[in-house]
Amino acid sequence: MDKVKIGIPRSMYYYYYGNLWQQFLKALDCEVVVSPITNKQIMELGMKYANDEMCVSMKNYIGHVAYLKDKCDYILIPRIDNYGIDNQTCTNFLATYDIIHNLFPIQILSYNIDVAHKETEERAMIELGMRLGCSKQSSKRIYEEAKDIIENQKEKNIQKNMAKLKSNRLKILVVGHPYNIYDAYIGDPIIKYLKKQDVEIIYSDEFNSYMTNRISNSLSHELYFKYSKENIGAIALVQNIVDGILFITSFPCGPDSLANELVMRKLKVPYINLIVDDMDGNAGIETRLESFLDILERKRIHE
Amino acid sequence: MSKHVISFPQMGDYSVPIEYLLSHILDANIMVAPKITNTTIELGNKYSPEFVCTPFKYTLGTFIEALENGADILIQAGGGCRYGYYSELQEKILKDLGYEFTYINLVSKGKTDVKKICHQFQKIDPNFHPIKSLYYVWITKQMIKYMDRIDDYIRKNIGFEVEKGSFETIKKEMLNEYKTVKNPLHLRIKYNKYRKKFRKIKVKKPVNRIRVGVIGELYTIMEPFANYNLEKCLAEYGIEVKRYTNVHYLLFEKSKAVKKYLKYAKEYITYRMGADAADNIGRTKYLCEHKYDGIIHIKSSFCTPEIGAMPIINKICKEYEIPVIFFSFDATTSEVGIKTRIEAFYDMIEMRKEREKLLSRN
Repeated sequence: MDKVKIGIPRSMYYYYYGNLWQQFLKALDCEVVVSPITNKQIMELGMKYANDEMCVSMKNYIGHVAYLKDKCDYILIPRIDNYGIDNQTCTNFLATYDIIHNLFPIQILSYNIDVAHKETEERAMIELGMRLGCSKQSSKRIYEEAKDIIENQKEKNIQKNMAKLKSNRLKILVVGHPYNIYDAYIGDPIIKYLKKQDVEIIYSDEFNSYMTNRISNSLSHELYFKYSKENIGAIALVQNIVDGILFITSFPCGPDSLANELVMRKLKVPYINLIVDDMDGNAGIETRLESFLDILERKRIHE
Repeated sequence: MSKHVISFPQMGDYSVPIEYLLSHILDANIMVAPKITNTTIELGNKYSPEFVCTPFKYTLGTFIEALENGADILIQAGGGCRYGYYSELQEKILKDLGYEFTYINLVSKGKTDVKKICHQFQKIDPNFHPIKSLYYVWITKQMIKYMDRIDDYIRKNIGFEVEKGSFETIKKEMLNEYKTVKNPLHLRIKYNKYRKKFRKIKVKKPVNRIRVGVIGELYTIMEPFANYNLEKCLAEYGIEVKRYTNVHYLLFEKSKAVKKYLKYAKEYITYRMGADAADNIGRTKYLCEHKYDGIIHIKSSFCTPEIGAMPIINKICKEYEIPVIFFSFDATTSEVGIKTRIEAFYDMIEMRKEREKLLSRN
């Protein structure tokens, strides 16, 4: 019998759970198809199927699903509601499953995380394993093994990120959701440009999320968006160490529009807010980045 | 010491019950914020982040106007989407502008902290009594319920009144009388009196009238200025309007209703989608199955949950062959453009009806 082919769109959730999924599904003896890094064709597919008011990240996600739809048996699309009542996700994360379900006639493999109603990640993943024909005990074991590997990897990344804080070069904290920062279409051109300019880049998502989540309280005590909390906690943690902060936002991101604005009003470090929309062209962004780096350089020399 | 002045955001006619409640439980001056005008929106727009949803801009503008007029305590509430996070940023923006005030947020992180709110109220008025005020909370709750019932009746009939403006004058009279209510029984009597009065208003309803359902984001639906008096405009065309969202629904019926909607429209939607999105999908199916002539979906621009619901609503309407129109209101939308689109929508429905009539005759 052929292996079950499971597609994973390289967008949104992938940047949080992609490694875990790949480990988990491979251990369950499934074939995993990950969509390629975002290219023009995928982005155009996204704009074709998505509602034109959706945020760029969502269009990107729909593009990846559209690319995968004839290339696998199932597409893995989770629905993540919250990790506790004050740890909610963006409403797009709540709606993706239903939007995709209505847009494309495809087989969807899905699970639901809603910790406020006692649906935890562990339970959801074990159920997913059982649906793929594995017993409860062994899917639990596979999940725990996969989780261990991922945690180790993450720990290494965190340490690498922390080590960068001691560097003597110009240090910039890049704040944004990982699905924006690392996406080839949204954040990557910006990161590439920074790398060329000999800048030490510190990523807001590569910190201990438990710690950043708690520390975000000092900047915003009413925030209840999990991923924004992590970003803002990272700012609270390193704002006195870095030379500047770069916000990367996709247009029009709901949680970011409020949380970032609040933080910007409280910051004492120079910052720049780059908003990426679905228009092409990075010339404007590069000019702004260049002058931002100039300011930082000059400030450093004066100190 | 002079009395505190309390103010709160404007939303439809609900300022009447809220003013009633606050004036009875607190010894302070209550300021009903001035009606939203273009200047309010301009003010809000000027100090708001770029792509925040429009209710943020409207309420911020209202707050600035209230503070200019002397308010020193502001009340805000919200939850479900990013509405729940408005308060912290609004407080920061207003404090940055140099205003001094106390900000009371009724819902924080998705929960209502009764103890904290009572404590804040006691700071304003040392004589504030939590148990006693429950009595007035109850009256307010009933008042909102009665108002919403009457509103439902008005919406069904106002398009067909024989004497123009008769509904509006009686409604104004009713709201004025509600302000002086003494106890629940008194309120009930008033309600019954006005219900009879409304029933007596002469209406001429044609059998083949056009019925549309209005669904969408809650603030835009409930604040007439935010939707550019859409309901009034529909009434002028002689259209019967079905609307679900009102305060009573949001506070007391929603949690049960969502489960019902999820079950009812399960071929389209499996999970809640934040704010009213799942409700609206259920309603769309209901309206389509009950042979409404059209659906009008309104929202403020950048309302993420509703944007997610739109493709699904579109799909349902396509399957049932019911016309649907989407409005996205921003601070810069022009009223003329909306009127033109509604006119075109009305003409289209009218033509469809006539064609159906012809077909059934053959």
